[in-house]
Amino acid sequence: MAYQRVAIVGAGITKFVRRAHETGKELAAQAAKMALDSCGMTMKDIESVSLGTAPDAFDGVHMKGEYLSDGSGGWRKPYMRQFVGGGTGVFAPIHGWYHVASGMFDTCLVVCSEKMSSCHPHPQGAFKTIFDHTTEQALNPTLIWIFALEMNRYMSTYGITKEEIALVSVKNKKNAMDHPAAQLPMEITVEDVLNSETLAWPVNRLDISPASDGAAAIVLASEHTAKRITDKPVWIDGVGWNLDTAYWATRDLYYPRYVEKAARMAYEMAGITEPKREIEIAEPYDPFDYKELHHMEGLLLADRGKAVEMLLDGKTQRDGDRPMCPSGGALGVGNPIAATGLMKVIEIFLQLRGEAGKRQVPGNPRCGLAQAWGDLMQVGTVVVLRR
Amino acid sequence: MREKVAIAGIGYTAFTSVSPGSSYRELTYEAAVKAYEEAGIEPKDVDSFVCTSEDMLEGYSISDEYCNDQLGAVLKPVQTIPGDFLHSLAVGVMHILTEKFDIVVVQALSKASNMKTIPEMVNFAMDPVLNRPLDITAYAVAGLEMNRFLEEGKATREQCATVVVKNKANALANPSAGYGARITVDHVLESEPVAEPVRLLDIAPYADGAVVVVLCAEKIAASLTDKPVWINGIGWSSDSPTLESRDWTDAVAVRLAGDMAYRMAGIRCPAKEIDLAEINDEISFKELQHLEALRLFEPGQAGRATEDGVTSPQGKLPVNVSGGGLGVGHLFECSGAQKVLELVLQLRGEAGARQVLGARVGLAQAWRGIPTTSAAVAILSA
Amino acid sequence: MELEKFELGATPLKESAMKDGKVLTLHKKPNLKYAWDNGPAIDRYLAELKKGRIIARKCNKCRRIMIPPRMFCELCWRPTDEWVYVEDTGVVNTFSICYVNWDASRIKKGDKPHLPAVIEIDGASDGMGILHVLGEVEPDKVKIGMKVKAVWKKPEEREGAITDILYFKPMRG
Repeated sequence: MAYQRVAIVGAGITKFVRRAHETGKELAAQAAKMALDSCGMTMKDIESVSLGTAPDAFDGVHMKGEYLSDGSGGWRKPYMRQFVGGGTGVFAPIHGWYHVASGMFDTCLVVCSEKMSSCHPHPQGAFKTIFDHTTEQALNPTLIWIFALEMNRYMSTYGITKEEIALVSVKNKKNAMDHPAAQLPMEITVEDVLNSETLAWPVNRLDISPASDGAAAIVLASEHTAKRITDKPVWIDGVGWNLDTAYWATRDLYYPRYVEKAARMAYEMAGITEPKREIEIAEPYDPFDYKELHHMEGLLLADRGKAVEMLLDGKTQRDGDRPMCPSGGALGVGNPIAATGLMKVIEIFLQLRGEAGKRQVPGNPRCGLAQAWGDLMQVGTVVVLRR
Repeated sequence: MREKVAIAGIGYTAFTSVSPGSSYRELTYEAAVKAYEEAGIEPKDVDSFVCTSEDMLEGYSISDEYCNDQLGAVLKPVQTIPGDFLHSLAVGVMHILTEKFDIVVVQALSKASNMKTIPEMVNFAMDPVLNRPLDITAYAVAGLEMNRFLEEGKATREQCATVVVKNKANALANPSAGYGARITVDHVLESEPVAEPVRLLDIAPYADGAVVVVLCAEKIAASLTDKPVWINGIGWSSDSPTLESRDWTDAVAVRLAGDMAYRMAGIRCPAKEIDLAEINDEISFKELQHLEALRLFEPGQAGRATEDGVTSPQGKLPVNVSGGGLGVGHLFECSGAQKVLELVLQLRGEAGARQVLGARVGLAQAWRGIPTTSAAVAILSA
Repeated sequence: MELEKFELGATPLKESAMKDGKVLTLHKKPNLKYAWDNGPAIDRYLAELKKGRIIARKCNKCRRIMIPPRMFCELCWRPTDEWVYVEDTGVVNTFSICYVNWDASRIKKGDKPHLPAVIEIDGASDGMGILHVLGEVEPDKVKIGMKVKAVWKKPEEREGAITDILYFKPMRG
């Protein structure tokens, strides 16, 4: 093994809120400061800075990475932004990982910040321009279309019902009641989900995560540095990412091949041969409730079409055999796109350290996974963490 | 012993003011086919792909979506960097240094001709509350900086114009360059004022084009190419993004990026060890400012050196032999790629009429343009 | 560390704080305009739509007939070989019944919902679909696997755009 082993040694997060008083820069700075404070470090100890943030159209700033650089701690440092759509938040630790694993740096501050509320009248409008400018945008598509099309295909392929899928939303929003950053913690029922406004059948309002402002940050360190900083490092043992074709309507949407490819890449690196057994806790990306199930299958944590059985059996509850989204996920904690992915990484970090407070899952898990997804149902990003 | 990174193949399109026959997809495809052909690889051999794009330049939100088909990179590890090509190159280098990746492809593209409101786009990069309401045009920011640069006695107005004369003349010997011309210092000084002291001919005109590079680890370099070009050092940095708190005279980010690259490459005395340089010259004076930031000239000396022909193709330190941004065209995120391309051709001895004799070590430098303070530097050797 | 032990950042603002002027706001509508070069494949695709036909490209290596057409096969990594006309009929791969407009505003009361669908085009290779919308059908009658046919704009109204097909409607019988 030639590369430097990389650990997460500190973490920070802001509250996720519909509209923050702070600017994107200030949110980034709050999360970054907390991450540094959490491990007793200062900017002087930081050798490189990585930023993740989703479309510039949210903030209404061209070259948003440049604009956010001072808030993210990039001032007079090797600073770079990465961007893989909705997958950005879990790509963030990957981007930071190779900064350190390469031997070029011993520390990297990884920040994800999102200020969606600047986009008016609604950040959804920014998503029209994710579609092909010539062959699709003329149809006035919304982002919800692709989710609805995918959810419908997934449901019809396996005979899964909306009632079953709604349980994911119920579970995650309830889990979020114990997360101090959460925007939409609530105790709801399947009926509440089914009776909420139909936006684009089969998608109802409570099937969807909210638009949010928020930021998250982690500090990465090489093995020899990490051991000086903390006695509880959490290791990034596997990283994987993968992008499928942009011709999304030519793929069958019932199964996310790109997530599987990304997961296999991460598992191979981490030496995981039986993910169902070895991954004890996971934060699959859940911007919509069905996505948690869809992603569990892509991650090989459930057989195809069978994730719903684990859900119905209670296995994915926080006290179940294989907890999924113990944080409350995007559905409960909120979805400031890039920050959400990093929030998931932070949740696994805390769970593996036994520091998740009321959210702590039983059984002292040693190995967990966070995953995000993005673009035109196209990109998968996966990290495997171990203590 | 750290792994070394080689450039095993490079492919590129012509750099032109328009490219109506090709979409962004076909431009990248053309460059990719040539790059893979040179390295004797197919997309399936590639371990990771790094693309370069900035949403509002492409006209997409999440332009990452549209980057992989034209590289043959379907269902592969692909990622996007919203930066200059040199930032993406740094990612490729880091990938290979982890020794988890043997072959990495790095891409950048400019479709500037498709952007119809470039000044407004650049305006949209400024602070939305503090700067934008003032309706400061992008070039006015360059004007502020150039004025300060002249005021501090770093160079004369004429010396800045000499950069334009040199680079446009250099471009005449580059068949890929779109803006070669034989002009005089007076032409520049008498051209239309844009944001004094910046005049029209001080500004690099926009161009379209694509570049794809195949990187590989040292251990397999010999199997891919007879003429590897080595990436000895790479560095990148940012300074303050706000107009209120930046250094208006010196290019601090360029100095930091250069120092990082020099450290990695083991270069102690840049002025002696660098044989040729491709420098960001988006506005004429920037070439001088950047050369000094990179310690290739003492402060205040780059202008005179340019007048004296030190930076001409026959001089002691040829700068922008390709024609630079002023002669080839400003390629946005692809700017750094054109600079790497020129170094690769020069270091391999394939630069034809503009070949610099004895070129062994070259430096490429990028700046992300107005209104940013982000820069990256790569040191390449034969 | 436990999150509970930190004072977390981000101060929530109510919508009313902006409306009441407690928080000052600035509005700016960007002027971002593009004129995209479509390249030979999509240029021809649009030109054929104007004529009321759908055209695809074939790769003679993998033998896929691809829509939307492209000049290179992204899987075989080689130029595509032939133009092939395909049908203006197809099968619904998946669909949605959408009550939301592109900017997240709701459709007007009484208006019909949007019916976006992925339609696998007859004559193209299996699974080759395009995004379009359905029409002349009650939302609750739409089914996955339903056969549909394009309804075109009048020839004189076509402009060489994907919207030259107004929508796809169910085929009878």
